[in-house]
Amino acid sequence: MSIFDIIGPIMVGPSSSHTAGAVKIGYLSRKLMGEKIHLAKIYLHGSFLTTGKGHGTDRALVAGLLGMKPDDIRIPQSFALAEKEGMAVEFGGIDLREAHPNSVKLILTGVSGRELEILASSLGGGRIRINQIDGLDASFSGDYPTLVVHNLDQPGYVTEVTSMLSHKSINIATMQLYRDHRGGEAIMVLECDEEISPDFISWLKERKGIRKVIYLSLEESS
Amino acid sequence: MSFKALQEIVDKAKESGKAFWEIILEDEINESQISREKVLEKMEKLFLAMKDADDNYNGHLKSPSKLVGGDGERISEARKNQTMICGDFMAQVMEKAIKMGESNACMKRIVAAPTAGSCGVIPAVLLTYQNENKIAEMKMIEALFITGGIGQVIAHRASIAGATGGCQAEIGSASAMAAGAMVYLAGGDEEAIVHGAALALKSLLGLACDPVAGLVEVPCVKRNVIGAFNALASADMALAGIRSQIPPDEVIDAMRSIGDAMPSSLKETGEGGLARTPRGMRIEEELKK
Ligand code: SF4
Repeated sequence: MSIFDIIGPIMVGPSSSHTAGAVKIGYLSRKLMGEKIHLAKIYLHGSFLTTGKGHGTDRALVAGLLGMKPDDIRIPQSFALAEKEGMAVEFGGIDLREAHPNSVKLILTGVSGRELEILASSLGGGRIRINQIDGLDASFSGDYPTLVVHNLDQPGYVTEVTSMLSHKSINIATMQLYRDHRGGEAIMVLECDEEISPDFISWLKERKGIRKVIYLSLEESS
Repeated sequence: MSFKALQEIVDKAKESGKAFWEIILEDEINESQISREKVLEKMEKLFLAMKDADDNYNGHLKSPSKLVGGDGERISEARKNQTMICGDFMAQVMEKAIKMGESNACMKRIVAAPTAGSCGVIPAVLLTYQNENKIAEMKMIEALFITGGIGQVIAHRASIAGATGGCQAEIGSASAMAAGAMVYLAGGDEEAIVHGAALALKSLLGLACDPVAGLVEVPCVKRNVIGAFNALASADMALAGIRSQIPPDEVIDAMRSIGDAMPSSLKETGEGGLARTPRGMRIEEELKK
């Protein structure tokens, strides 16, 4: 635990879980999308649904989806800014059984038509977790550069990706594998200690059997 | 941080002859592997953000629920008219505490210290004291390290989240952190620092987290005032030589056991206490519409 987990963060109020965490979920989702968002369907669950309005959770999520961070003073005006930037937003409630009380499901369409579905939770103190991507389980915090690969559940993909990363001297901090059923859709989530180059991402996207590659870069510009 | 007890920080300070805040700073450098300059810079940023938040209060704002907003302005008026019982120093503390709590509820930028709900306690006492005594900024930053060190030990042994430990964990912790910092600023030694913190925490043990409609507004905003006042009273007691009969770390452990014994209805669920009064429930109903 760092002293700055106690004093800080600098954030727009009123709640580190319902506001700051919600901005962070939006922000990471925007980064995972890798392009501007054209349409955001936002489904609130649990306490996000019941007390979200009073905590500005709705505006916080939209602010994050526009690329704002939790200390951005424009968060309260995010609805107007979304309109200006051409991001359409729809809200609804949802009952995600067994999910953390502060959870949200986002169904996003990017400007190029790229689609992304995310289920995420705000854990308190501004920390968050992405729980699902495109309907498949995943679990990561967004504190590391993270690579998410959808592939067919067949032998070889994991070795291919990890050996290529090791070849590029990228250290893997954590790794998870999930699949919907044997031989079906599989997903691997790799949290890395270093940033992965765009070349590697493009190379991976072209591989046979790789359905989708999502990369969370912590660098500012992407 | 590697400290599991306030006593460890005290011992280390005594052994090395270094200041209490310095021990906490060095530990942070060690744990995070960030340079001294960077750590100091980070803390300075937080201090400036607190000041900034205080300067940028807007008395015309209302929270999304309309429950809070504008009360900081009322205290400001009363201060100007010199009608306050407390005297101007305490009145200034009250004003700053309410303003920060309201700014938080009104979606303005604040510094969680240790949480957003309790964000007014530490800046209210520190900024007022600095104002009145013209303290150099570096000294204020040192005081913030003390708040952080005390808060870390509380987080380790108990909790700083209302959802886990009730409001004693938020306003109580903030008050203890602020008390320790104030003792330091007023010239107390490491013993006095931790006893100031212990005295503050003791007086807020058992405080429930019962926010109306589950929002960080009622009673949160005004509890920041009590946290701040309690910090000042506790600091003065410690500076006068009063010591907590229960050792500071054991006080923190008591807070934990009380938090564990509290029903979940009093831990940020909005299902007990003030939130379940007839008026509290009516407010919640109206907000649902
Ligand atoms: S009542 Fe609960 S939400 Fe409000 S300040 Fe206290 S702990 Fe935080």
